[in-house]
Amino acid sequence: MTAPTARRPRLSPWRGLIHLTLLLVGVAWLVPLVGLVLYSFRTIADSAGSGWWNAVVKPWFTVTNYRDAWVTGGIGKAVLNSVLITLPATAITVVICAVCAYALARMTFRGRMTLLAITVSLLVVPPQLTLVPLLRLFNTLGLTGELPSVWLFQAGFVIPFGTYLLYGFFRAFPEELLEAASLDGASVPRTFLSIVLPTSVPIIVALSIIQFMWSWNDLLVPLLFLGGGADVAPATVQIAGLVQSTGGGLNALSAAALISMIPPVVVTLALQRYFVRGILGGAVKG
Amino acid sequence: MNSSPLLALVGGVLVIPALVLLWLTLGERLLRLLPPRAQERTRPWIWLAIPLVLGGTILVYPLVQTVLMSFQDRSGTGFVGLANYDWVLSEQVRPVLVNNLIWLIVLPLVTLGLGLVIAALADRVRYEWLIRTVMILPIAISFSAAAIIWRLMYAYQPAGASQTGTLNGILNQLGLEPVAFLSDPAITTWALIVVGIWMSTGTAMLMLSAAIKNVDASTLEAARLDGAGELRAFWHVAVPQITPTIIVVYTTQVIFSLKIFDIVYTMTNGAFGTNVIANRMYAELFQARNYGHASAIAVVLLIVAIPIIVVNVRQFREENAR
Repeated sequence: MTAPTARRPRLSPWRGLIHLTLLLVGVAWLVPLVGLVLYSFRTIADSAGSGWWNAVVKPWFTVTNYRDAWVTGGIGKAVLNSVLITLPATAITVVICAVCAYALARMTFRGRMTLLAITVSLLVVPPQLTLVPLLRLFNTLGLTGELPSVWLFQAGFVIPFGTYLLYGFFRAFPEELLEAASLDGASVPRTFLSIVLPTSVPIIVALSIIQFMWSWNDLLVPLLFLGGGADVAPATVQIAGLVQSTGGGLNALSAAALISMIPPVVVTLALQRYFVRGILGGAVKG
Repeated sequence: MNSSPLLALVGGVLVIPALVLLWLTLGERLLRLLPPRAQERTRPWIWLAIPLVLGGTILVYPLVQTVLMSFQDRSGTGFVGLANYDWVLSEQVRPVLVNNLIWLIVLPLVTLGLGLVIAALADRVRYEWLIRTVMILPIAISFSAAAIIWRLMYAYQPAGASQTGTLNGILNQLGLEPVAFLSDPAITTWALIVVGIWMSTGTAMLMLSAAIKNVDASTLEAARLDGAGELRAFWHVAVPQITPTIIVVYTTQVIFSLKIFDIVYTMTNGAFGTNVIANRMYAELFQARNYGHASAIAVVLLIVAIPIIVVNVRQFREENAR
């Protein structure tokens, strides 16, 4: 849809209203973030006595909160744990979903439509429905408290979404490329690895970002499977635990939260195009 | 995990994916022993073996097990009929269901409405990328971090004291009484829903703005030539064309509200009348240690999701009928 700018004066009341509405929305969405950033650089005494916006009038900044978050809050260790959870979960998700989606999209066999229907129906299952039995199963297997329990859960839970996202792409993959490879005598796995995957980089990046973000920001699953112990707790669990145990000031916590936000925010913004593609491609189209 | 972090990282990032690919290669070797037709018939199952085992273990098995356990006693040993569902429908749990219902009705409608307005307006300005970036930010933030951000927004001091919370600071400037956003049971759920809206409107906006860009420009132009104003043209010409996306956005947000857990857990932990199904389930699981109750209340989530599942599958089948 093209904006009818050519036919209209640039500053009609209508255009003014558009700019004003967007400005208000933008401010409303940013203020909470700006508040966090400024708050995290204020001293405990300052932030207990006056709101963060006073920092604009009387700038007096400190990095004490960041030191506290690092030293006593253990955020460094927690962020490392987040990395140890997120990167493997993402790698495993991508490989398994790609293999699954390729089989469903490019191979013909009985039961294919049924499997696809099951995939689509599992897309919206709330994770809570799986937690009780899995907790018992992982207990039996001795996996609770170990990182692989979270990797496996996060990867397994995203299989329907990831498969669905990649399925659409693989389905539209040019047949000629595959036939040419097959005529050259390449096996199916070789074709998959050397032709299909390299051509599918955009959609694979899209899936990776979304899974990276989900995994990094996941609270419930690591909380359940790893427990709240500081030794393996990722940033989300660590921060949630500190929030609940802190009654008063959030100074060190605001710094911890800001540190933990950096990786997903940077990845999402830097690869925004792919991120949007993942969000759009993963929804069942009407 | 006692072993070194590096080992865990290498194991998870490289070894497991490599094993999956090794499995495919070995499977292909074995397939060569079969006649060509049998090869074609067997190969899909070799490829699907690992996803099916993992998905079966993580999703299907626990799903079935949860439904079974919802008919069993607290330790999951003997069947108790519908007793757990009696409990779910009892006075004791009703406020939790009501809260979830409020989330389920309010959040999808507001995010859809806001997302549509922002997407439509941003489509007409040059700084659309900026608006989109601002809206994406909260999507990338964890609920734990959002909880801290919004505690700063909602912080409350009694009237007369210096207000440190953003919203009460504004109310103060306007000469209004401060509001106890996070401890007044009458409004706390609403305060949490606002956090949910802040976090999920971006997703709605992204989807809707992609749809708006695909609206046939000539149909809008025709409406304008017929004398329709911008609003009427948008409502009567663009909206009908993006209805499929509107439905997708709506169901996405319904599912988001249905399984809401983190916001409540980190902001109030269910206190001040804010408990929802997922948090009650967590409490049954870890405080009451009652697997029967926990499973039954989780099944309520499934029952609400079933209509969406049916519609999704039907649409997918229509699209891919062959």
